[in-house]
Amino acid sequence: MAYPTDRKYTKEHEWIQANGNSAAIGITDYAQESLGDIVFVETPKVGAELTAGKTFGTVESVKAVSDLFAPASGTVTEVNGDLATSPEKVNKDAHSAWMVKITLKNPAELDALLSAADYEKFVAEEAGH
Amino acid sequence: MRYLPKSPADREAMLKAIGLRSVDDLFAPIPSEYRLTRDLNIPRQMAESEIVDFFRQRSRENGDGYTSFLGAGAYFHYRPVIIDSLISRGEFLTAYTPYQAEISQGTLQSIFEFQTMICELTGMEVANASMYDGSTGAAEAVMMAVRLTGRRSVVVARNLHPEYREVLATYATHQGMPLSTVGFGDDGRINLTELEQAVNSDTACVLIQSPNFFGTLEDVDGIAEIAHKNGAMLVVSIAEAVSLGIIEPPRQADIIAMEAQSFGVPLGFGGPYCGVIATREKYVRQMPGRLVGQTFDKKGKRGFVLTLATREQHIRREKATSNICTNQALVALMVNIFMTVYGKVGLKELAKQNLAKTAYAVSQFGKHGKILFANSPRFNEFVVQTSEDPYAVNSRLLGHKIVGGFPLRKFYPELGNAALWCCTEMTTRSAIDTAAGLVAESERSVRSAKEEVEEVAR
Amino acid sequence: MKHSTPKATRHLNQNEGLIFEKSSAGKAAWKLPPLDVPEIDTAKLLGSAERKDLGAMPEVSEIEIIRHFTRLSTWNYAIDLGMYPLGSCTMKYNPRVNEAVARVEGIANGHPYQPEKISQGALRIMKTLSECLIEITGMDAITLQPAAGAHGEMTGLLMVRAYHESKGNARKKILIPDSAHGTNPATAAMVGYAVENLKSDSRGMVDIAALEAQMNQDVAALMLTNPNTLGVFEQDIHKIAEILHAKGGLLYMDGANMNALVGKVRPGDFGVDVMHLNLHKTFSTPHGGGGPGSGPVAIKKILEPFLPKPVVITHSDGTLGFDYNRPQSVGRVRAFYGNFGMFVRALAYIQANGPDGLRQTTEDAVLNANYIRKGLEGTYDLPYTTPTMHEVVFSDKLQAKKGVRTMDIAKRLIDYGFHPYTTAFPLIVPGALMIEPTESESKEEMDLFIDAMKSIAQEVEEDPQTVLDAPHSTRVSRLDETAAARKPVLRWKPD
Repeated sequence: MAYPTDRKYTKEHEWIQANGNSAAIGITDYAQESLGDIVFVETPKVGAELTAGKTFGTVESVKAVSDLFAPASGTVTEVNGDLATSPEKVNKDAHSAWMVKITLKNPAELDALLSAADYEKFVAEEAGH
Repeated sequence: MRYLPKSPADREAMLKAIGLRSVDDLFAPIPSEYRLTRDLNIPRQMAESEIVDFFRQRSRENGDGYTSFLGAGAYFHYRPVIIDSLISRGEFLTAYTPYQAEISQGTLQSIFEFQTMICELTGMEVANASMYDGSTGAAEAVMMAVRLTGRRSVVVARNLHPEYREVLATYATHQGMPLSTVGFGDDGRINLTELEQAVNSDTACVLIQSPNFFGTLEDVDGIAEIAHKNGAMLVVSIAEAVSLGIIEPPRQADIIAMEAQSFGVPLGFGGPYCGVIATREKYVRQMPGRLVGQTFDKKGKRGFVLTLATREQHIRREKATSNICTNQALVALMVNIFMTVYGKVGLKELAKQNLAKTAYAVSQFGKHGKILFANSPRFNEFVVQTSEDPYAVNSRLLGHKIVGGFPLRKFYPELGNAALWCCTEMTTRSAIDTAAGLVAESERSVRSAKEEVEEVAR
Repeated sequence: MKHSTPKATRHLNQNEGLIFEKSSAGKAAWKLPPLDVPEIDTAKLLGSAERKDLGAMPEVSEIEIIRHFTRLSTWNYAIDLGMYPLGSCTMKYNPRVNEAVARVEGIANGHPYQPEKISQGALRIMKTLSECLIEITGMDAITLQPAAGAHGEMTGLLMVRAYHESKGNARKKILIPDSAHGTNPATAAMVGYAVENLKSDSRGMVDIAALEAQMNQDVAALMLTNPNTLGVFEQDIHKIAEILHAKGGLLYMDGANMNALVGKVRPGDFGVDVMHLNLHKTFSTPHGGGGPGSGPVAIKKILEPFLPKPVVITHSDGTLGFDYNRPQSVGRVRAFYGNFGMFVRALAYIQANGPDGLRQTTEDAVLNANYIRKGLEGTYDLPYTTPTMHEVVFSDKLQAKKGVRTMDIAKRLIDYGFHPYTTAFPLIVPGALMIEPTESESKEEMDLFIDAMKSIAQEVEEDPQTVLDAPHSTRVSRLDETAAARKPVLRWKPD
């Protein structure tokens, strides 16, 4: 699949879409495909601090739980309430189902992340195993 | 050996198919220096009749034929015969945990009914499929409150069952959960002033028992107010499930940790029993233990499955809500059948009989001994203070094949010669009269001994 | 192999709703004797605490209850019907004499607080069982208090921690092999220890070099299952124990797989310091749909002061009693003394077997597993060629090429009249099929199982959709677990 170029990606299969000093975070289509039917998304509250590379929540399918890793550091300004009642939205369209929005602490952190093309390559290698 | 379904010919054929000479070859992976070359030093193989004999003899040595006034967390109620008829069916007794839902609908549907009835009785919104017992259930409920509030301290009632408090202390030790205890007053109930002072913004929960260890009903409203206004949760432990038939459940509680043994589980010298945790729907993801949920199959047929398994150890491993795996399923089925047999009307009548027997006993015992916490409402237990040491009183009773109340000095030394007595629907009037009569005898003997001493002194 | 009678595959299709759907006012299954004491005025006694309404609690008659649960029971698979090849569960025969002796009056109705004088029967049962289990495990002492295996793990680790604390350093972590059961890391976390993973080598055993590198003064213990969840006996067990003991660590053994060892080797002899047993696995107490169990913890002398209290002792006059004077005890892990009803059953099982019966049982268990291994080798991928004992682990690698996975094969096995084996565990084998027959299976039953598995493998080649859509013969087909988790419905509600 062609991954949207309006954002950056991580090796833990999260995406981050910056808009000035704020950014939206979600998981990629590859991630939702691997997890299967998602039944629950656990996110931090508004005001919580995210640290790049550290876990900030979980995504649950029926038989497994996966940690969510913060692509960048910042403070949570919004949480997607839709996902509490309709976690299946992540399966339907992972790239529009944002989970949290944050105010970026250090926007330069995004420079080190993968571009859409790099992520596509990464995924192709992973799937090849 | 009669449980092994293979003949020597079978074994030979199988070894041949594997390509081995003897069974010993199968144990070659075990380093030879450890392989046993002798028989285990345990009693020889016994015939079934010998096994039955052995346990019959043990039964005779275990108070068979005695009438008991003991409660204190384990209650003697009548067990309807159909409980054992049904749970002895091989399909219930020898079934595994219902992970494969398609061939476990019997177990799963009965658990779903169990969860429903526990909710109805406790006034809570969800209930799990069982914990080991009331004591570990209370500890796990407290840990749940700690996770939910993000706070660490726990305030515990001193009139919560002493052994439950010991268990909580063991569980709390390595989880960084400071425990503080709040005392009870002359009415046997939690001292609300002390509670006010003990609860603060670091308190995760207040843990109480109602009816409490002394059988007395707590002022749950008052306690809930203090807990909630400080942002703490209220966890209520219920040790005598039959009380729910006539006593309003603690609907103000955030989590209820029950012991359901009274509902058709044999006393069995302390176990297996049946703990249950019940709570509000919003807390369900932090609940330990198995949960059964309703769903549909591909053809739209209703069915039941274990659900929200991602809380549990086999998936979450070190981040699980608890390490619990095996629970008390068969015992929970006994509880289920009991609740179904008595039902809406029967549970109330059963509870009323317990109240009546106890009220009568209190009036009889009160003529000779001192009833503590006399004016507080109670369910089926009461505390009697005697002039003689309760162990001595109980020795008198033992001679009449009666087991008297549980002496309290060990856990509450300030109560002196006090003992905790319990009457259920199984306690006869004549047993109460005999026991009360022997307590009277005990009081008389102490009085006359005193009088003799005073006479000599004169 | 030709068989004249195929295994029963159809589960009876009784229809039965929820008990609440049968309930109506006025029906009753109970009757209490008349009160022999004066009636009471509930309102006067209880005031506002009086409960008026028991809500939607059911009202049904006795025959409806009998039919309800009897019908439900026909939807269950059970050991009484056939084999459960579940790995590490040890689904063996649950002897009925166990049930009979547990119900003898004085044993069934003993109150845990009754005076010691009239508790000699219960105490003697506990002591006799304890002595047998100590002899079987080769350890020095035991506690019967824990209610299940996981509870036993917690108790064992509490004693490990207390031991280290008494030496001045509680230490920080527990090493756990990547093949371990989920209760192991969950328990370590509950006792305040961090978990460090230990990888397995190509033989499926603990990687000794890795253990050597990871063992240090911060490690309190290694939690080992032996044989491990692959069914493989740790041949370097003495080296493992040495490495741990040399740096002051302890060896904890998860006794879930004792069915491979009883009467043939004793963990205490090969360096284990503390271990739990599962009475509901090795010692035949019934699974009852998920419990109750019992998880006694056997220990070496060095841990004796830390045992949970009370401890069973013999007084100077020969009578038995409980000793509460244990200043270094870890405390209580539950109220009362343990799942006593399971002690009765486990002791009856040991008595029915005796030393020769137990040894024979273990031999049959290992023989059965190896027979099945031989029968299925070549049909299913065997990831480790190491010799296995009472259980064996295959993988779905060959079948995955056709898009069929272990869960699908397991569901198809139901159509052949068997309960599935353990799927997707241990985690170190992707797509695992974990099989433990136990000694309770006859050659006939196992041949039927081997035939069924071979037939399914053939179906995967010729008609994979049949396998993917399985089971076809059960009362309910595959249930929507996703919906159950997304919008949990955890109780019945009146309209």
